Amino acid sequence: MIDFELTQNDRKILGNVRREALVARTYARYYDEHEHEFPPETLPEAKDFPDVWTLFAGRTAEDTGMGVISLLMAMGQTWGDYSVRMRRGKGGLGNAALRAAGTPEQQEKWKDGTLAMAITEPGCGSDSAAVQCTAVLDGDEWVINGEKIFVTTGCRADGVVVWATIDKSAGRAGIKSFLIEKGTPGFVVGHKEKKLGIRADDTAVYIFENCRIPRSNLLGGDESIPHAGSGGFRGVMKTFNMTRPGVAAIGLGMAEAALDFTREELEKAGVEIAYGPGIHGQSAAAQKFLHLEGQLEAAKLTTLHAAWLGDERKPNNDEASICKAKAGAAVREITQGCIELLGPIGITREHLLEKWFRDVRITDIYEGTGQIQRLILARSILGYSSKDLK
Amino acid sequence: MISFGPTEEQEIVREALREFAQKEIRPLARECDETGSIPDAVLDAAWSLGLTSTQIPESYGGAGEARSPITNVLALEELAFGDAALALAIVSPSSFAIPILDMGTEEQKKTYLPLFTGERFHAASLALVEPSPVFDALELRATAEPKGDGFLLSGRKCFVVLGDRASHFLVVVRASGRESFAGIDAFIVPRDAKGLEISEIEKNLGLRGLPTVSLSLDHVEVPASSRLGGEAGIDARRLLACSRAGLAAAMLGLSRAVMEYAIPYAKDRIAFGEAIARRQTIAFWLADMRIEIDSMRWLAWQAASSLERGNDATRTAHLARAYAADACMKIADDGLQVLGGHGFIREHPVELWYRAARTLGVLEGAVAV
Repeated sequence: MIDFELTQNDRKILGNVRREALVARTYARYYDEHEHEFPPETLPEAKDFPDVWTLFAGRTAEDTGMGVISLLMAMGQTWGDYSVRMRRGKGGLGNAALRAAGTPEQQEKWKDGTLAMAITEPGCGSDSAAVQCTAVLDGDEWVINGEKIFVTTGCRADGVVVWATIDKSAGRAGIKSFLIEKGTPGFVVGHKEKKLGIRADDTAVYIFENCRIPRSNLLGGDESIPHAGSGGFRGVMKTFNMTRPGVAAIGLGMAEAALDFTREELEKAGVEIAYGPGIHGQSAAAQKFLHLEGQLEAAKLTTLHAAWLGDERKPNNDEASICKAKAGAAVREITQGCIELLGPIGITREHLLEKWFRDVRITDIYEGTGQIQRLILARSILGYSSKDLK
Repeated sequence: MISFGPTEEQEIVREALREFAQKEIRPLARECDETGSIPDAVLDAAWSLGLTSTQIPESYGGAGEARSPITNVLALEELAFGDAALALAIVSPSSFAIPILDMGTEEQKKTYLPLFTGERFHAASLALVEPSPVFDALELRATAEPKGDGFLLSGRKCFVVLGDRASHFLVVVRASGRESFAGIDAFIVPRDAKGLEISEIEKNLGLRGLPTVSLSLDHVEVPASSRLGGEAGIDARRLLACSRAGLAAAMLGLSRAVMEYAIPYAKDRIAFGEAIARRQTIAFWLADMRIEIDSMRWLAWQAASSLERGNDATRTAHLARAYAADACMKIADDGLQVLGGHGFIREHPVELWYRAARTLGVLEGAVAV
């Protein structure tokens, strides 16, 4: 049955998320301005709050699905603060890759650590098939050389899943993932990046110089180079179907915070926002606000839809790209628009709106830019290959 | 529980209407637009699908299935995918019957609902929109003044769907001395009421196939029993939300029609040695159409779902309609651009959709789900 109402159990969980988010928010400015400090894993005021996952006991089939409720939780957490939220979460993107592609032995060996994911290089971003980082087999060891940037959770991670090519002439088919532990000789964690937003977030640079790792650290264990077009690379890219709705949700939580703040400030200033009247019965500010609210709502629903399909074990490749593209554009428009609506209140660092404006911007870039999502989606609806539509 | 899954019955309705839209509606769209009329046969054929009558309780002669705004939204998307003008005509009896079903007195239900349980299409319409550049459903100019045991209705209405043949109108007016939602009343007015003047068929920009009329009410005297909901009046929030959710669904269906036409066209059309769809500019427009169509659909479903639960749907329905109006216009606009000069030619349906998108986007009250 089509339904959009949360159950009591759902509300209980999200209520707790909100309580913690309100605490996180009190730290948001501090860590934005002290970007080289890390928020503690547990905030002192929240130390007695129940671990939200314990509230999952007693959930039934009548409650909202796990994928959907997880995204609502992510939205609720970043509504409080992005960086404090990211600090709380155990596991990194590399753990998702391990779950998707690791051998049973690898899963067992690495299950307790936080794994970052290192794909991007100074010379390759969206075109992840163009990685220059190399892995050369020397006896029973792989020798890794290259540089990786924008490694999320890179400083605090215990290890990393690194994309490197074992045969440049094979193009994307030659790209493999490798598990590398922190502390391995030749693995240098470089400076933390200085960023526009999500400043407290841990974004590292990795340098590999003749870094030697055991042969068994090739993720999935398959050393063969698939024939061109056999779909090996596509399999790797599928990890992103799981993570894209999550990134959409992260941005939407912050955009919702911006919109909530803007509504309060406008109402304080006597601007009435009503859903009944037509355009003649609304001020220009109210109309603008309602437009932004519609964008938020639409992006939120496309995101929950992608997750719902996942919960139902239905394919959601298109929908993962739809929500990522929609949310990425929406959060930019919303936060830009909120600043326009509030003027001086929007730009002062006394309030968090200017921070949300900076923080959301990355969500239309990482995990695939909005343009990459449109490319993926366009190929799908047109029935085109990557050769047909470049 | 958050769920995007229609019930099995709803899937069957969707499937049946998708086929009906493809086979029976779409082939008529151009001719209806050119002639400004709709053949009775298609209205009767659509009627036999039971869109209105199934949700009327058995005690009033209907099939007694659950009243479902969600099912109605699903139906409207499919019908409007066929053609928006025909879709609005087909569901116009519901725009009269549903408010009576939701808010009518027992006597009103007994009197009027059986009109919609027969074997043939029965026309009756909701009259809400007024011919004013500052039309606002909360600031209606048509009024009801108490007189003796009844009321005197005065004012003007336009875009009354199938007003050329409707037996009754549900005329929405402002009650004297009350404001905003609380000031909205609706009256059941028979076609032959004294002081009611029905215009010739209007000439509109879009939805030309849909015969609509204007009404002039000059001190039309109606009994108190014709006031919808009796002394309790109506839940005007619900009335408007039912209309807005329905319009959102119609614009959704129209948008899908554009996208599904533009995609094969862009793949067939060769320019500079390759299909224009192989250029990112065009391909990204098409991707954006899909993104926005999904967005519109979930917003319309969300509004319908709040109506179905009996919640106040004012906010969700407002967002659904306003969003759909913007997105639908953009999609029709981009769709026309994909076809280039051919989009401007009436051999293709895109110019018709372009006009329809602009028309639907400014409407209120033409449908109720």
